[in-house]
Amino acid sequence: MTTSAGSAALPAPASKPYKSYKAQQRPTKEKTKKRPKTPMEWVLLAIVILGALIVVFPIALLLINAFKSPADYATSGPLDLPQALSFEGIRTFWAENNFPRALWNSIFISSVVAVLAVILSVFNSFAIGIGRVKGRSWIVLIFLMANLVPQEMLFDPLFRLYDDLGLLSNPWSVIITFVVIQSAFGTYLLSSLLGTFPKEILEAAAVDGATRWRSLRSVIVPVIKPTLSVLMVFFFIWTWNEFLLPLAFLNTSDSLTVPLLLEQLNGERQTDTTTLIAGTLISIIPTIIFFLIFQRTLTRGITAGAVK
Amino acid sequence: MTTTATDKPEAKAPKRRRKNSAEPARIPQRDGGKWGYWLYFIPGIALVGLIIFYPIVRNLRLSFFHWRGGRAEETFAGLDNWIALFQDDEFIRSFVNIILVVVAMVIIPTLLGLVIAAALFDVVGRRFGGGLSSFLRATYYLPQILPIAVAGVLFGWLLKPNSEGVLNQFLSAITGSDVTVNWLGGSYATAMGSVMVLMIWIQIGYPIVIFMAALQRVDPELYEASELDGANWYQRFRAITLPMIRPEVFVVSLTTTIAALKVFAPVFILTQGGPNKSTYVPSFYAYNEFINGTDKGYAAAIASAVFIVVTIVAIIFLRVQTRSEKKEA
Repeated sequence: MTTSAGSAALPAPASKPYKSYKAQQRPTKEKTKKRPKTPMEWVLLAIVILGALIVVFPIALLLINAFKSPADYATSGPLDLPQALSFEGIRTFWAENNFPRALWNSIFISSVVAVLAVILSVFNSFAIGIGRVKGRSWIVLIFLMANLVPQEMLFDPLFRLYDDLGLLSNPWSVIITFVVIQSAFGTYLLSSLLGTFPKEILEAAAVDGATRWRSLRSVIVPVIKPTLSVLMVFFFIWTWNEFLLPLAFLNTSDSLTVPLLLEQLNGERQTDTTTLIAGTLISIIPTIIFFLIFQRTLTRGITAGAVK
Repeated sequence: MTTTATDKPEAKAPKRRRKNSAEPARIPQRDGGKWGYWLYFIPGIALVGLIIFYPIVRNLRLSFFHWRGGRAEETFAGLDNWIALFQDDEFIRSFVNIILVVVAMVIIPTLLGLVIAAALFDVVGRRFGGGLSSFLRATYYLPQILPIAVAGVLFGWLLKPNSEGVLNQFLSAITGSDVTVNWLGGSYATAMGSVMVLMIWIQIGYPIVIFMAALQRVDPELYEASELDGANWYQRFRAITLPMIRPEVFVVSLTTTIAALKVFAPVFILTQGGPNKSTYVPSFYAYNEFINGTDKGYAAAIASAVFIVVTIVAIIFLRVQTRSEKKEA
């Protein structure tokens, strides 16, 4: 997450949309460090650290209590460390729920959506940004609709559509839906990026006799690949976190995703608290691993959406 | 937003100032016109039509019918559903709650995010080292990547009623007397407050990361110069930070407002709309009516109303943005 992260992200051509990344490379001068720190600065630092502690506090509580045995949990306070490391909650959670299956469903759905949505975004934005077809502002707007529409609007018609097609409780119902929803943002972002794609490169490719398809595949995609990978990471996480439509479409126990499995566990009255906490912790772990791996990509990606 | 993207190349090549639609494609043409590009839209348009526009049309139509669902007949209802909507206390309350959701998802995180991002960038980053500020930023961002459903279950555990609840145990330990508040099921105030705290917790990292990235654009010498001139932290915040990141403040408010209008999972997981339907939000109401209600036409009317509001809000935002960009240019 250092400031130099941007350098690896984007290729040489310094046309407009790349500017924001280039700006990030400017090293922050640390001249002012020499001056003694004022009390005000210490106070601000303390406040910011306190805020961060408040933010991680719920997760820390989860971590402490997930390893208590039910008896230990019942008698101790939430901040007390476990008397002995107990994996009972985790074991019960694992035994009574098909977590590996849910994990696999989540990974499968999110990966396929990430890849297909990026491909779809590239196709759409190629015609908009490079092809400059007539009425393209309207076309972008049509695609953006997928982002604006509330999911409860899609819920009933799509439920019956997938029912007719026999796709209920089938991962492909969720995949098809979210490929369309995620590619809305991708189309929007890539269209403005390709709108300022260096012209010289395109012309050179055309002179060499490349067809459109060839230019797209062998010239454009390799150049914008860093942005595509950022998009892919984002689509993956967004899809992973989705709740309403998967809840509607996936109903059999072996089709559940991780959030759905946890929600179901939460809804069952007889669920033991330690089992629930352990399950919550386990459900968080994949996301945290993903976060640690793609930290840089993530920070770059969120800003790619905001800073044009 | 879309117009600026397509305008840019024009601005760079003033000779070609033809009308938008008549611009040539950016790859020189040898074979035929631009029609070939439409081929690339085929999968996109087909899917958007089926997955997005078919449901929109279907719902808008259904909102003028009564329908029990399944194989039952649809009977034409005219404006019945829409009129009922405006006399429906639960519907009105769900929209009032949306205002509180906007406070929790847009206003508070944006304001807090501004201050924290400025403090992290200007003070922590420059005076205490970039590593520390990156680490703190990552910490604030952590809740953003958790699935909302998982975050909801986590908060549900913390807020359990009676002496089981972690928060209650804390409060008991601090006050010395037994605190047994039923946070999620007791009263509207505590239930809605809990939902709002969860939303703030989830949202706070998003503005911080975006604002800090925006601040990278600011020339560090600007800060140094103003510091030499004796400007304190707050003066720098007012004079440099705020004006610089106004575009980002705008983008953050737009995206989070739309997310707030569509919010579903926190309410579904924490309160199920309770106690007494008081924490309903429109999307939860629509979902509930589709599943448990007797008239799907009415559910469709609720969903359509949310859709219309979201669209209007988005259009207003984009208008304002285009106008302010023109003013700047």
